[in-house]
Amino acid sequence: MSGASELIVKRIRDGSVIDHIPAGRSLLVLKILGIKGDEGYRVALVMNVESRKIGRKDILKIEGRYISDSEASMITLIAPEATLNIVKNYRVVHKVRLKPPSMVRGIVKCPNSMCVSNNDPEAQPVFTLEKTDSREPSFRCIYCETRLTGSDALTELYG
Amino acid sequence: MRNLISALDLERSEYEELFELADRYIEQLSKKKRLDKLNGKIIALAFFEPSTRTALSFASATLRLGGKVIGFSSEDAISIAKGESLADTIRMLDSYADCIVIRHRYDGSARFASEISGKPIVNAGDGKHEHPTQAILDLYTVRKIFGYVDNLVFGVLGDLRYARVVNSLLRALTRFKPRRVYLISPPQLRARREILDGLNYPYVEISDPRDALSSLDVLYVTRVQRERFPDDLEYRRVRQSYRVDPELVSMMSRDSIVLHPLPRVDEVDREVDKYPQARYFEQASYGVPVRMAVLSRVLGVA
Ligand SMILES: [Zn+2]
Repeated sequence: MSGASELIVKRIRDGSVIDHIPAGRSLLVLKILGIKGDEGYRVALVMNVESRKIGRKDILKIEGRYISDSEASMITLIAPEATLNIVKNYRVVHKVRLKPPSMVRGIVKCPNSMCVSNNDPEAQPVFTLEKTDSREPSFRCIYCETRLTGSDALTELYG
Repeated sequence: MRNLISALDLERSEYEELFELADRYIEQLSKKKRLDKLNGKIIALAFFEPSTRTALSFASATLRLGGKVIGFSSEDAISIAKGESLADTIRMLDSYADCIVIRHRYDGSARFASEISGKPIVNAGDGKHEHPTQAILDLYTVRKIFGYVDNLVFGVLGDLRYARVVNSLLRALTRFKPRRVYLISPPQLRARREILDGLNYPYVEISDPRDALSSLDVLYVTRVQRERFPDDLEYRRVRQSYRVDPELVSMMSRDSIVLHPLPRVDEVDREVDKYPQARYFEQASYGVPVRMAVLSRVLGVA
C-alpha cells in the first residue's frame, strides 16, 4: 500500500485490501465481488491515487471480510494486475498477485446476442480462460465460443 | 463419441472410422441389405429452424438402420416453443427418445442441450456456430473422390463469417494435413478470429478467387446472404464476383472438384453442373450413409 492512500484512509484491522486496480474501476470491482454496501462491512474506496506500477490506481479496503483468492480472481477480468492482501490485526498475513480464474460463471453476459446463454432462461453465461496474458486475460464462451476480453467485460458491467 | 457438437469433438481416427462405416453402409444399401443397428431405437429430430434437406437425411438414415423417428420441424416448433424454454423442450425429448438431433438458431444451443439431456446430442446446426455432420460429409466426399484428404489444396469461398458449415469444415481439416487452405471472401465476410486461431495448417485469406483457382484441388462454395449487407448495390456486386460460373471453373484443373453444401440459390451457375468438376450432387448423395454412421456411433451400436 502506498503512503498516499494511508493519508486518505486509515489502515484496516482485519479484512481484505485489493490494490493496483486500474483507476476508476473500484466500483466495478465491488460489483464483481457482489458487495452492495448493505452487508454492513466497512468499505473504503480510494480512487485515482498515484501508482509507480500502473500510473494511477484505485484501492479497495473491506473490513471484516476475508476474500478468498478464487473469489478475488474474478476481478482480473477488469483488473489484471490487482493484488489481494489479507490483513489480520493490522498485519498483512497473505499477499498475492491475482491470477485469472479458469472459469467465469454468471458474472458477465456473453457479448454475442445470439448466444444461447443470452436467450434461454435456464442458460447461464460461462467462460473458460483462453489466454493468460497478464496484461489482459481473455476468455471464451463455452456455448458459442465468442471471445470475452476485459473491454467486453467493462462495457457489460458499466451497462 | 457421446455427443457430436463440434467438428473438434472427433479425432482423426474417429473421422476415419466414420468414413469406413459410411463406405460399408453404402455397400450394404447397394446390395439391398436390411439393416437393423437401430432396431428399437427412437431418434428425436428437433428442428427449431427449417431445414428440409438435413432433417430428411437424418430421418432416412434412422429408418435405413431400422430405427424410428419422432420430432418436429419449425412450424410445429412455434407451438411447442410457445412459453416453453429450450431446456424444457429438450427435457421432454430426453424422456421420449434415445438420441436428439437438434437444429436451432441460437449459437451454442447444441452444447446447452447436451447439458440438459443425458441422451446423445447431435448438432445439426446451431446458429452461425457449427454443423459438424456436414463437415464429415464434406471430407467423406473428398476422400471418396481423391482417396485421401491430406496434401490437398482447398479453397473455401463465400461467406466465411456467418456460415456454420465453414467453421465446422475448417475445424475438421485440423484433424488432417491439407497442404494449404485459401479462404476466399470479401473483406467483411472473413472467417472469425476464434476459428482462425485454432487452425494448425497453412491458410491464406484472399479476396479474388482468380488468385487461387488454378492451384485448388477442392473448391468449397457457400452462399453469400443478402442480410449480411447494408445496401443492395454492395450485395449484388459481391454476389456477382463470388459467383462460380463456367469461366471460373475453366480456370481450375481438370481433376479438381467443386463442392457445395446445398441447397444453392445462384452462387453456382447451373451451367457448371455439366462440368466434370461439379461434384455437389454426388456429395449430397452421401448425406444419408454418413449420418447413418454418425447415428450408429453416438448410440454405440457400431
Ligand atoms: Zn456465448
